[in-house]
Amino acid sequence: MTGDPVFEFALRMGDNCLVLGQSNSAWCGHAPILEEDIALANVSLDLIGQAKLWLSLAAELQGEDKSADDIAFLRDVREFRNCLLVEQPNGDYAQTLMRQFLFDAWHLPMLTALVRSTNVRISEVAEKSVKEAAYHLERSTDLVIRLGDGNDESRDRMQSALKALWRFTGELTTPDDVDQALQEDQAAPDLDEIAAHYEQYTQRVLREATLVIPDVSGMQIGGKSGLHTEGLGFLLAEMQSLQRMYPGASW
Amino acid sequence: MYAQEVKSTGKGLKTLEEMDPEERAFQEKIDANIKIEPKEWMPEGYRKTLIRQISQHAHSEIVGQLPEGNWITRAPTLDRKAILLAKVQDEAGHGLYLYCAAETLGISRDQMTEQLLSGKAKYSSIFNYPTLTWADIGAIGWLVDGAAIMNQVPIQRCSFGPYSRAMIRVCKEESFHQRQGYDIMMVLAKGTPEQKEMAQDALNRWWWPSLMMFGPPDAESVHSVQSMAWKIKMNTNDELRQKFVDQTVPQAEYLGLKVPDDDLKWNEEKDGYDFGEIDWGEFYEILKGNGPCNKERLGARQKAWSDGEWFREGLMAYSKKRKARKVAAE
Amino acid sequence: MSNEWPLWEVFIRGQHGLSHRHVGSLHAPDAEMAVNNARDVYTRRNEGVSIWVVPANEITASAPGEKGPLFEPANSKVYRHPTFFNIPKEVGQM
Repeated sequence: MTGDPVFEFALRMGDNCLVLGQSNSAWCGHAPILEEDIALANVSLDLIGQAKLWLSLAAELQGEDKSADDIAFLRDVREFRNCLLVEQPNGDYAQTLMRQFLFDAWHLPMLTALVRSTNVRISEVAEKSVKEAAYHLERSTDLVIRLGDGNDESRDRMQSALKALWRFTGELTTPDDVDQALQEDQAAPDLDEIAAHYEQYTQRVLREATLVIPDVSGMQIGGKSGLHTEGLGFLLAEMQSLQRMYPGASW
Repeated sequence: MYAQEVKSTGKGLKTLEEMDPEERAFQEKIDANIKIEPKEWMPEGYRKTLIRQISQHAHSEIVGQLPEGNWITRAPTLDRKAILLAKVQDEAGHGLYLYCAAETLGISRDQMTEQLLSGKAKYSSIFNYPTLTWADIGAIGWLVDGAAIMNQVPIQRCSFGPYSRAMIRVCKEESFHQRQGYDIMMVLAKGTPEQKEMAQDALNRWWWPSLMMFGPPDAESVHSVQSMAWKIKMNTNDELRQKFVDQTVPQAEYLGLKVPDDDLKWNEEKDGYDFGEIDWGEFYEILKGNGPCNKERLGARQKAWSDGEWFREGLMAYSKKRKARKVAAE
Repeated sequence: MSNEWPLWEVFIRGQHGLSHRHVGSLHAPDAEMAVNNARDVYTRRNEGVSIWVVPANEITASAPGEKGPLFEPANSKVYRHPTFFNIPKEVGQM
């Protein structure tokens, strides 16, 4: 581990929100029905707002007179700290929803625990985000159950999405030295506890959705330390294009 | 405007004396500014014209998500991204309110969607132009939303209750849309030389299409008279266009940008600007489907609708199943 | 096409203590989703504290023609309105 674990942690939380918010926002205008278009945009807006809170904290801790925007728009792939799950492509709407559910089921217990963080800055951001995350999980849980237990096609699609994404969920609760350092200071929760909660919750919901958790021989890990899947580079190329093309300009 | 070429089905204006008693009572209500509500008696022409107008307006909001939506993933800062997303989301909401208003007249949203996707229904010509740079997002907010608001504010007073109420909600929510566009333009106009050039280029490309939004000149818009008598159109196309030019030219000057019209000149006598000829040939070509982006816009909506079918069907299947389970349990 | 989500009317209580007010409609496959959709569609700007949804086809409305007989009797009971009574200024606020 290099540098301040709180800084690293703020990047991880912020990049998760940023990358997921960015991907979700691409559905605006293209979702399956108007009501859903509006609902998903609300989730994206919450995530972009949360990204700003975490990345502002990271910028401040870095102490180089940078802004959340500098952090979001001027880092390259290897410097991003989001988990692999959130950078997986939108795919069909089933994949987008499943990705959201698998993330929310981790995000809410994390934020709930972080509200009690001994680090005041972390707990402040968690406090501001936790209600939104609770709504996200309620919504994605509901849709996963309904579509899993819907008709043949909706079940097939949700099952394929689960199959494609499940192997990225292990990373969420696999601790590394950053997590351990924060846990020692009681600034962040014990990821084993989050893992137990995650397993129990996702199993219950997926069972109700009549979906089967696939056998995965090896979970994919790496995003938290900057080793990403190929899609992230394209996502950043699009997101950062203006800042890259016109260095130093204000918008 | 958002409903540029609504063919009214009225057969020329009748005087009150020529109307039968029902129609006369209806017209007298309108003349007295009493709102017409869905279940009340109304002439068939009024109902049909309103369905066309409101659904065109709704389609415009929905298709209007696309050109700006292009830039959500490329917005240059986190704040700009959130603001643009919120704005494009509002447009989905406004489409929804308007579809609901039209549904009170006896047409379903699916039927209206089918009319849009088959190319049978129209939407505003403006959304068939491409958004090429970030400044286009500024120009759309400033000019396109500016023009839309100018049209929508008077429709808040229109004679049909559900349309009027939808418009009140839309206008309240849209108050920030034009401002966010102008704010983008202000930053660009004060920015680097490239940014200023970007802003000027966007104004050059969006100016004339914005003027076309108000629809054909009064002399050619044959259906206006009946719609105005029914108070579902509150001002003539030329009136609103003139108002828009008079309001917008000083805003361009404030930005230090030049309106791309060599004939633009202040006319002391009419207390407004004279402006150049609009290329109506281009306008009608776009309405016919031959604009630069007609195919892409409709294609995107068709794709969203067909890709989303399993989602709509799957959720319906679940709800039916659950209802059946409940009944069985009782 | 026949499988369109049903239409729901949405009522929102804007603040504690006020009545629910009709704000518009939307489509949803069932009541629970209608409530969720209503939250996303009609309270984007913190407009509400409570949401009701009602299937649009289950609303029974008075026939427009009855407007006279149904509401005119109330109009004659002008004494129900506070402005009916003239209270001298000296009495103060009432």
